[in-house]
Formats: sequence, C-alpha cells, structure tokens
Amino acid sequence: MIKAENISKWFDGQRILYDINATFETGKTNLIIGQSGSGKTVFMKCLIGLLQPEEGQILYDGRAIRNMNNDERRLLRTEIGMLFQGSALFDNETVLGNVMFPLKMFSPLSHAGQLERAQFCIDRVGLTNANNKYPSEISGGMQKRVAIARAIALNPKYLFCDEPNSGLDPKTSILIDELLSDITHEYGMTTIINTHDMNSVLGIGENIVFINKGHCDWIGNDKNIFRSKSHSLNDFVFASKLFQEVKLVLEREADYKAQ
Amino acid sequence: MIVSSIKTFGKYCMFLTQVFRTPDKWRVFFSNLLFEINKLGVDSIPLVLIISLFIGAVICIQMTLNIVSPLIPSYSTGLATREILLLEFSSTMMCLILAGKVGSNIASEIGTMRVTEQIDAMDIMGINSANYIVMPKIMGFILFVPVLCVFSMFFGLVGGWFIAEFTSMLTVENYIFGIQSFFNEWYVWYGIIKTVVFAFLITSIAAFYGYYVKGGALEVGKASTNAVVSSSILILLADVILTKLLLE
Repeated sequence: MIKAENISKWFDGQRILYDINATFETGKTNLIIGQSGSGKTVFMKCLIGLLQPEEGQILYDGRAIRNMNNDERRLLRTEIGMLFQGSALFDNETVLGNVMFPLKMFSPLSHAGQLERAQFCIDRVGLTNANNKYPSEISGGMQKRVAIARAIALNPKYLFCDEPNSGLDPKTSILIDELLSDITHEYGMTTIINTHDMNSVLGIGENIVFINKGHCDWIGNDKNIFRSKSHSLNDFVFASKLFQEVKLVLEREADYKAQ
Repeated sequence: MIVSSIKTFGKYCMFLTQVFRTPDKWRVFFSNLLFEINKLGVDSIPLVLIISLFIGAVICIQMTLNIVSPLIPSYSTGLATREILLLEFSSTMMCLILAGKVGSNIASEIGTMRVTEQIDAMDIMGINSANYIVMPKIMGFILFVPVLCVFSMFFGLVGGWFIAEFTSMLTVENYIFGIQSFFNEWYVWYGIIKTVVFAFLITSIAAFYGYYVKGGALEVGKASTNAVVSSSILILLADVILTKLLLE
C-alpha cells in the first residue's frame, strides 16, 4: 500500500500540487485521473521519489521516503517497476536486452537464469518472435508490452504506469489495460496508473483518485464515478459526446425510478 | 553572467561526483568501457589518420616555402614539421577536431536519452544513471586518446614524407635528418598528457550538457552545440595553462 499524506509541490513559486491525500491499495489497479496539466504526472513523480514534495510525505507500506537513507532508497527502487508514457526503452538494446537490463544490474540469478526470467516476462506480455528486434523496429503497442515486461522483470511490489494508453488505438489500449490488471492481480502488486482515458477508468478503475488543478477533488471507483456530485469530475467524465449520451441515459433512468 | 557561470561550474562539479562512484556492477562497467573505447576511440582513427596525413603534408610545404634563408640549414623543414606536430597539432588541434566529433556525439546521445525518459527509467530502477552512462565514456576516451595522439604524430610525419618523396621541394634525406634532429622525447609525453586532459574535458563537458537537457529535439541540438563550443574554449584555456606548466 502506498499512502500520500498532505502532498504539496511548488515550481518557481507556483503551486502545482496542494494538500493531496490518497491511498493506493495493494492488489488493485489504482488510477490517477485528471485533465492534461492538472498535476497528475508531477504527483506520480512525487510518489516515485523523482521529485521531492515541499510538504507532506509518501509512505510505502509504512516506510516514509523522506526518512530513507540512500541505501534504503536504492533498495526501494528495486521494488518499483515503471512504465513510461513513451515506453522509455533503451534504443541500443534489443527487446530481450531491454527486459534483461534490470536483471543484469540487480538479479542474483546466473546468466541462464536471467535469460529464462526475461523470456518468461516477454511471453507473459504476449510478445512472440520479437526478442532480437530493436525498439525502432516494433509498433507502439509492442513497445508498451516490452516496457511492461521490463517493469515486471524484477517482480516488483509497486508498479507505476504513466499514461500507458497514449498513442494507442482503442483495441490495443484495452489489451494493455487488461494486461496491467491481470498482472496486478496475479502478482499482488500495488499498481498506480496515470491516465485520462475513460475506457481505462471504466475498465480497470478499482480505486480512482481525481486530480483537479493540483488538488484531489474526488476518490472512488468505476462503480460510482457516474454518480459523483463533484462538478469538476463531471466536467471531466462527461466531456466527450459518448459520455454525454451516457449521462442523459442515467438521468432518464433516475427520473424513471423517481416516478 | 558571473553568478550563472559559477552556478554552472558548481553543477558540473556535483555532476562529476555523481559520475565518479563505484559502478553498480564491474562486469557491466567493463563491457560498457570496451564498447565506448570502440565507439569513441577506434571509430575516430580514420578521421585522425586522414587529417594528420594532410595537415602534416601542408605543414611541410609551408615550412619549405617559408624557410628560404641560406643561413637556415635545409633539414629545418623536417625539424619544424616535427615540432609543430608534436607540440600543438597532434594534441590541441586534434582534440579540437575530436571535440566536434566525439563531443557532439556524446551530448546528443545522452540528451536524447534524457528527453525520451531513458535516464529517468534507469534512475527509477535504482541505477546511478550518471555513473552508468558517463563514466565508461570518459574512461574509454581517456584510455584511448594517447593512441590517437601517437597515430596523429606518426601520420603527420608520414604526410611530410610524402611531400619530400613525391615533389622536388625538398629531399627525403634532408626531411628524415630533420625529423630526427634535436629530438626531445619529453615533447611526445607533453602531447600525450595534454590529450588526456583534453579528452577528459571533451567527454565530461559534453556529457554534462547532454545529461541536463530539458525539453525536446531542439534543446538536444542546442546542448550539442553548447558542448562543442564550451569544450573547445576550455581546451584552448587548458592548453595555455599546461604549456606554461609542462614546458617552462
């Protein structure tokens, strides 16, 4: 479980995040949603420890990052897997080389053991015949899969995903969402996904934190997101025509029930 | 301007403290080191060879055309060619050229890694990214640059020999006698010491500019240009200091 307590962050005198409290549960897909520029990525970088919040603290299963020394931080980092928005695969490594990379650096396994583990992760994300290809030779969806395989190579306790569906078609997005959800439940990880994709929200939003203008405006899940009284959340959720239609249906349903 | 320069220098020093740490895995470090020696050093041999050969020939022609006094012995052409190559060309000029090739390569490579979040990915894994990426580059180039320097000296002299052999400007005997006359071995060491210092400047400054790139492709290009300009200026500054220290 990861807990954010009273997180505030400034950049050049401008407050980007203020007083965010949120809990991200183990074994669940936790989503951070919000409009572009709302502070989601900054919040995620604070959670990972890439940025230091000016106020508040982040607790990883009760361990505060702020109080950790360098060795403890390095140990914590080996427990974290991260999927970046642009995949962040190493250009000069093949698919296998990318997945092998964290194993090569941190795993006590022999070379054969590392190869076996890397192959297992590649198979787990459903990639076939791509071991010797370079990132520039595979599609965006495949790159995301490789990035997921690399992120889970060390069997992390915490998995962070920054907009995993950006630049992907809806079908591939759903496949990536399902993969992340399956992996989370299979390995009992604490998964935090930064997204503004409503398909992800409805598909895998077991715990949702809505960030608006740097503040946490709403916490809930995919079951109650349509019933929220938060104006800012409703503006975000019902922004598209499709979801405006959904809203109308829900309102008619409510009226019918009231009658 | 002064405050910002001091701040940048401080940031550069902090960056170097991050770079020069014990590697996470020595085996991986040595494998990266060999890769960088090959990429930055061995791949520069053709450039060094071609430039040295032609510049050696040009220096020889210039000396022959300018040393026309009957009071100056005929072997002076070879002697002057050798001294110019050993003292300045094969160290300073060669490193200024390599600052363009190697420096821009390093700055753009690391800058691209930064803007595509590859460096962030390493940091999140718990890897000291500065150490992992930069140290093999600095060490690799420092280890190989003396070889390039000696290559440059040798091929520069061969360039001069071509002029003696294939033109009627001077005789081969005079040229060979000239390049052997009054030879001071220390000048070779002086050139090598300078190139090692310059190699450190080229690689560390380029890596520094690349590592702290913010933005996108445009900024990577700017970082690459800044790296070459800064390292060239610092090479010239270091050249003055080293010449004063080593030759006085």
